[in-house]
This record gives sequence, structure tokens and C-alpha cells, in this order.
Amino acid sequence: MTEWIVEIKDITLKRSGKLVLDQVSLSIRRGEVLVVIGPSGSGKSSLLRCLNRLETIQSGTITFDGNNINSIPILSLRQQIGMVFQKTAPFDGTVADNIAFGPQLRGEQLSHQEILELMQHVALELELADRDAKNLSGGQEQRLAIARALANRPAVLLLDEPTSALDPIATHKIEDVLLHLSRTTDLTLIWVSHSAEQARRVANRVLLLEEGRVVRLDTVDALLDIDHGDPHTLAFARGVDDNGAQEQP
Amino acid sequence: MFPDLFGSMNELMRLLLSALFVVIAAGVSRWQHADLEQDLLIATVRSFIQLILIGYALELVFNQDNPIFTVTILMLMIWIAGWTSASRAKTLRHARWIGIISIGVGTVLTVGILVLLGVFAFVPNDIIPVGGMVVGSAMSTATLVMTRLITDFRDQQLIIESKLALGATGREASLTQFRQAIRSAMIPVVDTTKTVGLIKLPGAMTGMILAGASPLEAVRLQIIVMYMLVGAVTFTGLVAAYLTYRAFFTNDHQLVSLEP
Repeated sequence: MTEWIVEIKDITLKRSGKLVLDQVSLSIRRGEVLVVIGPSGSGKSSLLRCLNRLETIQSGTITFDGNNINSIPILSLRQQIGMVFQKTAPFDGTVADNIAFGPQLRGEQLSHQEILELMQHVALELELADRDAKNLSGGQEQRLAIARALANRPAVLLLDEPTSALDPIATHKIEDVLLHLSRTTDLTLIWVSHSAEQARRVANRVLLLEEGRVVRLDTVDALLDIDHGDPHTLAFARGVDDNGAQEQP
Repeated sequence: MFPDLFGSMNELMRLLLSALFVVIAAGVSRWQHADLEQDLLIATVRSFIQLILIGYALELVFNQDNPIFTVTILMLMIWIAGWTSASRAKTLRHARWIGIISIGVGTVLTVGILVLLGVFAFVPNDIIPVGGMVVGSAMSTATLVMTRLITDFRDQQLIIESKLALGATGREASLTQFRQAIRSAMIPVVDTTKTVGLIKLPGAMTGMILAGASPLEAVRLQIIVMYMLVGAVTFTGLVAAYLTYRAFFTNDHQLVSLEP
């Protein structure tokens, strides 16, 4: 078992002729929380989508646990690298049905107990298990999406701005849930965020993407410490946190 | 060489008198400023010429009684129906092929089964009108399935991608949308079949009665036609839904971009 769970080498992604990711290289440590920040359109979400092959890179390589992701059967890859999207999309059925969806695809039936444990992991009230998944609050829906991904027992979780549509209280609850998971398990989080404040709260390391290129990659302190951080990253952080009117810590 | 279309002056009079309705419609349009007079004139002349040409063409084919002619006409109908259907689904990859193949499979299976069972003989008098009805229904079905799936894939892209991200195949991720499309294609024909005769007399039956057949004879044919159309819609709907959902995914179970 190597230290790096995901290694990205010189990857390029083009969409309808436009360069979205340009020679991106980085490695991600097992169990770390890497927060990806950058302006809109800088390729943050696209980077996540390449890791679970919702999109296919044109050049470069990505390895997961030492294996090229192109050589891993795609459905198995997506179980091991889960993803939570910015907007929630509850499936038909109850909360429990939603959580059971992933394992069921492989013919594996989660017990009621296992479902309740997963709900507990994401701080979903247990009495919601039999509730129609379409009758949840935004924050509950997002925690359900996380539980749904966790049910596949992934090694990596890709988080595509999971809190950007939520109020500060729901945001903090999700952050707590994810940080707790990352501390108590080996789960690696690759977390796209629009907020430098959030990066300060949750990240071990921060990646700054601009126009599809890696501009900075370092520890959260080195980049975002108010006094000693990297001037370029801090300038970007001030820009988004000032104009964006995003959540208050 | 060509048979006389109107038979007698009397027939010609009947035809001209029926055109009176178009004149009245044009009058109403002018009176109410609906501005449809020109469209009406074009529609009237076009339908007149199209139908007379088709009449002569069919007469010719019927007299030839050559299976190659019959098959060619059937294929032509399928081709035109496929293109027409695809023109409503411009954002879909391979829409023309999906239209032609699904309508073709629906038509060939339905007509083929009816011929094999001996319900109709493989003669142009039977096959061309029957084929026309089948192709017509199959065309509406193919259009309905394609447009429904396009809308659902666009509106529910996030749900579908969330399922893909959990390790679902394209088929598993879009099962709900697939079923909905088939349902929406079959509901009209099921409803028509339920109420047939109660709300309106269907075309084939009306035509036979007007041509002098007894109502019971006409009903017998109509029943066959109804069941036949259920078959056509089912076959076409299934093939169209299958080919359409496939067009939305790559081999790696990725969603194809839905932008036109």
C-alpha cells in the first residue's frame, strides 16, 4: 500500500475543442482532505469527474491505489470512488431505498441495521428511514447523498461543492459529518469548494486551480494563513469571500 | 392507361361540392382575420394533388401485384416516417436511424405476423393499406418515445448521473425514464382501444361502411386493426426506447452531452 491513493499525471481534458484541464499533475494522500478551490470555470468539477470517469481524459494518466483507472472496470471504480454533487437528486422511494441503491446494483442487500448505521454516520434522524426521500430539507437531502455514496464503502469521496446550496447551519453539519468520517476512517476526501473559509475549516491541503492548471498545491496553513499565507492564494480567497457573500464562519 | 378517377360527372360533382367546406372555412378565416386563407388554399391543392397521385400510384402497384413493388413501397413509407419522426428529435444522436429502425422493426414484425397467421394475404391490396396504418402509428410512437426521453434525460440528468456515480450502468441509471417513455407511448393506443366504438368510429371501419360493407364485416376488420396497432406500438416503442437510451450513453457509461 503506497502513501498515495490517487496519482494524477499530466492529464488533459478537452470539451468541444476547449481545453478544460491542462497538464494537471498531483498526488493525493490516503485519508487526507484535499480542498480544491479556484474561480468558476477553472476546471474544479471537471477534475473530479475525470477521477471517477464520468468524463474521459484525452492524455495523461490517473492511478487509483496504484492501478491505472482505465484498467479498473468502470462500475467497480465508481463504487470505490464515490461522488456527491452540488445539487441533490433524491431517487424514487424512501430514504432507506436511496441508501440501499448502490449495494443493490451488485446484488447486495443492506440490512435495516446497516442502513440505520449509515444514517447515523451522516447524522440523519433515524425516524426518516421510511420517509419519502423527496420530502427532506436541503441539508438532509445532501446528507442522504453522502450516506448513499458511503453505502458503497468507497475509499475516496469526491465532493463537488456539497454545501454551496445550503444555509450556514446545514453547511456546518455537513462539514462536521465529513470531518468526523475522515478522522475515524481511512476515507480520502477530495472536496471542491467555492469558499476559502471552508477550506480553512476542513482542509489538510489546498489545491488552487486557474484556467485548468495547478497554480498552487500546499498545506492549508502555507496557502491560506491570514498572516503568513501565500499572497496569490490569499488574494483569490479575499476575492471570493468578499464578493461571493458566501457563508459566514 | 389510367383508370378514370371520377367515374362519372356525378362523382366529380360530389368532390367539388365537398370543396365547398374549404371555401366556407376560408370565408370564416377572412371574417375572423385568422389569416389562414393562403395556408388553406395551399393545403387544399396539395392534398388534392398528393392523394390523386397516390391513388394512381397505388392503382398501378395493385394491378402489377409484384411483391418487389409492395416491399419497396412499404420501405419507402418506413423511410419517410423515420425521417419525419427524427425531425422532432434533432438533439438526439442518430435520430434518423433510431426512427427508421424502430418503425421498420415495428412494421415488419406486425405485418409479418399477420401475414404468417394468414390474417392478411401478401398482396398489395392488403399489405399497403395495412402497412400504411401500421407505419402511421409506429411513427407517432417513435416520435413520442424519442421526445419524451430527450426531455426526461435533460430534466433528470442529475438523477441519472448520480446513479452512474454510484456504479450503475447506463441502463440501470435510466430505467425509470425508459419505463416512462414506453408507458407514454403505449397509453394513447391502450386508451383508444378501450373506448373504440364508444367515442368515435375508427377510420378503417368508417371507410368500409361507406364503401358498402356491412357493419359486422367492418367491425371484424376493425378489431384486427386495433390489435395490430397495439402490437405495432409496442414493438416500435420498445425498440425506439432501447435505441434512444443507448444513444445517451458512451460505452463507459458516461452521459453524452445533451446540448444540440
